[in-house]
Amino acid sequence: MRAIALRFTAAVMAFTFTGSVPAVADGPVTLKVAIVQQIDSMNPFLAVFQSSTEIGRLMYDPLTTYAQDDQRVVEAVAAKWEPSPDKLTWTFTVPGGKKWSDGQPITSRDVAFTYNLMLTNETARTANGSYVANFESVTAPDEQTVVIKTKAPQVTMTALDVPIVPEHKWSSVSDLKNYRNEDFPVVGSGPFILTDHKPGEFIKLKANKDYWRGAPKYDELHFVYFKNSDAAVQALAKGEIDLVNRMAPAQFDSLQGKEGVERNKARGRRFNELLVNPGAQNKSGQFIGDGNPVLRDVRVRRAIAQSIDLESLVKRVSLGYAEIGTGIVPPVFEKYHWEPARRRAFDPAAARAALDAAGYPLRDGTRFSLRLMGRSGRAYDEQASEYIKTSLADVGIRAEVQLVSDDQLNQATTAATYDLAFSGWGANVDPDFILGLHTCAQRPGPDGTGGTTDSYFCDAEYDALYAQQLSEFDEARRIDLVKRMQERFYDQVPSVVLSYENALEAYRGDRFSRFPVQPANGGVIMAQNGVWGYYGAVPALAASSSGGVSGVVIGIAVVAVLVLVSGVLVARRRRVTAEERE
Amino acid sequence: MRIAGKLLGAGVSLGMIVVLGFLLFRVIPGDPVVSWARGRPVTPEMLASMRSSYGLDKPLFVQFLSYAGGLLHGDMGQSFSYNRPVLDVIGERVGPTLLLVGTSTVIAVILGLWLGIRSAWRRASTFDRVSTSVALALWSTPTFWLGMLLMIATGDLFPSRGMRDTDTAPDFVSQSLDVAHHLVLPSVTFVAVVYAQYQLVMRSSMLEEMHAPYLTTARAKGLRDDLVRRRHAVPNALLPAVTLVFLHLGLVVAGAITTETVFTWPGLGLLFYDALSGLDLPLLQGLLVVTAGAVVVMNLLADLLYGVLDPRVRAA
Repeated sequence: MRAIALRFTAAVMAFTFTGSVPAVADGPVTLKVAIVQQIDSMNPFLAVFQSSTEIGRLMYDPLTTYAQDDQRVVEAVAAKWEPSPDKLTWTFTVPGGKKWSDGQPITSRDVAFTYNLMLTNETARTANGSYVANFESVTAPDEQTVVIKTKAPQVTMTALDVPIVPEHKWSSVSDLKNYRNEDFPVVGSGPFILTDHKPGEFIKLKANKDYWRGAPKYDELHFVYFKNSDAAVQALAKGEIDLVNRMAPAQFDSLQGKEGVERNKARGRRFNELLVNPGAQNKSGQFIGDGNPVLRDVRVRRAIAQSIDLESLVKRVSLGYAEIGTGIVPPVFEKYHWEPARRRAFDPAAARAALDAAGYPLRDGTRFSLRLMGRSGRAYDEQASEYIKTSLADVGIRAEVQLVSDDQLNQATTAATYDLAFSGWGANVDPDFILGLHTCAQRPGPDGTGGTTDSYFCDAEYDALYAQQLSEFDEARRIDLVKRMQERFYDQVPSVVLSYENALEAYRGDRFSRFPVQPANGGVIMAQNGVWGYYGAVPALAASSSGGVSGVVIGIAVVAVLVLVSGVLVARRRRVTAEERE
Repeated sequence: MRIAGKLLGAGVSLGMIVVLGFLLFRVIPGDPVVSWARGRPVTPEMLASMRSSYGLDKPLFVQFLSYAGGLLHGDMGQSFSYNRPVLDVIGERVGPTLLLVGTSTVIAVILGLWLGIRSAWRRASTFDRVSTSVALALWSTPTFWLGMLLMIATGDLFPSRGMRDTDTAPDFVSQSLDVAHHLVLPSVTFVAVVYAQYQLVMRSSMLEEMHAPYLTTARAKGLRDDLVRRRHAVPNALLPAVTLVFLHLGLVVAGAITTETVFTWPGLGLLFYDALSGLDLPLLQGLLVVTAGAVVVMNLLADLLYGVLDPRVRAA
């Protein structure tokens, strides 16, 4: 027993003194990023979570992408694109010279293969099926040309966020549903190559030195998983990781003045809204759910909007890390964002007068009661609900706050069993998705399923404008249509856009001197519509890998202490038994 | 005969777990397909095809039969969110959980029993008062808070997440040392919060034995105080503690959801948390069967072991 213990201690000592600890100072330069969301799949046809799609973009270029500075459409796999005069046929050109990470050339056949797989295989449509729903056919007449025919004109043809995969690897995949795409290194076309994935722990990628835009300026990109965002912020402060996002205002403030840490307060793509059930109906026009019927009156909805002070909501609940809400396209997408000529003023007196005029007089201090639902555990909902409750009470509306789980709230909005509810969406560069959510077609069918809206807005004028913008290829005219839709939405108040949240990020400025943000004016590093933040990161001059030596030394110390303690215990035990024998 | 009865009982418990697990998670409000589609561009056709591929469009009874049938063949179904067999997903998380909760439980048991015996023996001494109140204070501390506090207090000494670094050398020794390094904070947190129960149970059952006549006899024989305690008092006082230890061994598999969440330890607890937030029904059912099954099996073992430890149980 003692011999074994001795030998083990000797081994530990030998390890310590020979210093077989890897010398990290001149090792590869690694960017370590915290991700707080789990990875569902590395198979780009199945990956749905935001974290997985973001990593997918690093591995595979799409057909076209968005520029870093102003988010205009720029080259990715395809360098040129041209619609036919009737806008039903699109021709994309894949230039020669681009290569997969295994050296094979990227051709139009890979593009046609990817889209045709999605058109013919239902499983391949799991993640990105909506992009090809309007496709008639996809062909590759030669190595450099892809021809896509659509059933109806589609304005979002340069916004196809679908990773293009190599045909020579994927044509042999027979069971797509169970294919994990983890044969490392995974062959791709993006700036990074996937080399390792340990579920629940980390994802490792290495730089693709042959990337057609040029090699990234550092060697490896590691994503480490954090379930606890406080721990991620701590880890950044300690230098264990280099980049973190999705911080709460208080966490962001806690990093102020921290040595070596730089913060980025970015204009985000997400907004918070307060849904106001406008009398939810299904596709057949039958009322569903149990929303308070008074909300069907647009004058009541406007009065509610008027009674909430958005400015102090931003100041007090978001601690100033947000912008006041107006249209449903956030201002970070400058082109399509709509700002009213005159914002609806916060005016409780006018709201009271409007409610009186609409026929809802005060009785015993109350006009009517509404349920106000939010997510329990979400700081914004918890604080804003109390605030809105007080504002509504001020105009004579009693609000009963119900904070419930994520799933319960989803169920309530799906079944329209709410009066007021907190919600929020993230918009994309192309506004089609966020606008389409509020059309009549997004309401559930008569069986209660198939709906994706949560606002239950169904308005003939809005729908007509939506259909027009979808086939309007003149950008200036489309922008005008999109703004008119937002104006209509603002006027009809199926929801009140409360605020556009800032995306709060921080990084180790002592290890990475610069990260390109998208858009250049106040944009984000992570969760971009592209790969610029990771791809263009510039290491600081004296950058070295983090962690390493001290970690291993402490590991050794821990083992040594355990050995020592057990040694003492064994020795003591022996002495005692010896005494007993006497 | 006694053993056959126990086995039958365990079997019935397992069957009930399967049924309950199936119904329980379907009572949770929410729709997995809606959770899946939230915030993404999807067409109604995609929603319908998702629902049918999950089998959610079939009547509950049919869903249960196909689930139970699969279970008999060792098939727990396909996880909604990971698109992989549930058994695979659970399998890769069992190791880390056993490592964390196993190590911590062993330490907590040894520490708790030792402190319990000492403090009962020197009842009302300073040692007793201090150790009991410290144990109670830690027992009532929220795990989450204690974990974060330790993380901040220890500064750079220990990593704040996970089981290993991404850039540790791949050889066995470096990997093991790295894992040991990562194990310190989560296991200290876990031990600190749970050891009190062993200490308190051991202390009170020791106190019951303290005035037993056989101890007086032992002392009269001239045995040293130390020996009286170790040879006579402890073995008799150990039975209630053994029951408790075995009950907790079953819970080892269930892991420590909070500890794993604070330190992002890639075990079953973290998986449970993720599965619940995404309403991954097959994964939740699988986790319940595995974790509850472990408790049932450990209880069975405790029952059988009781007979070995205490002849009176065998006779009964």
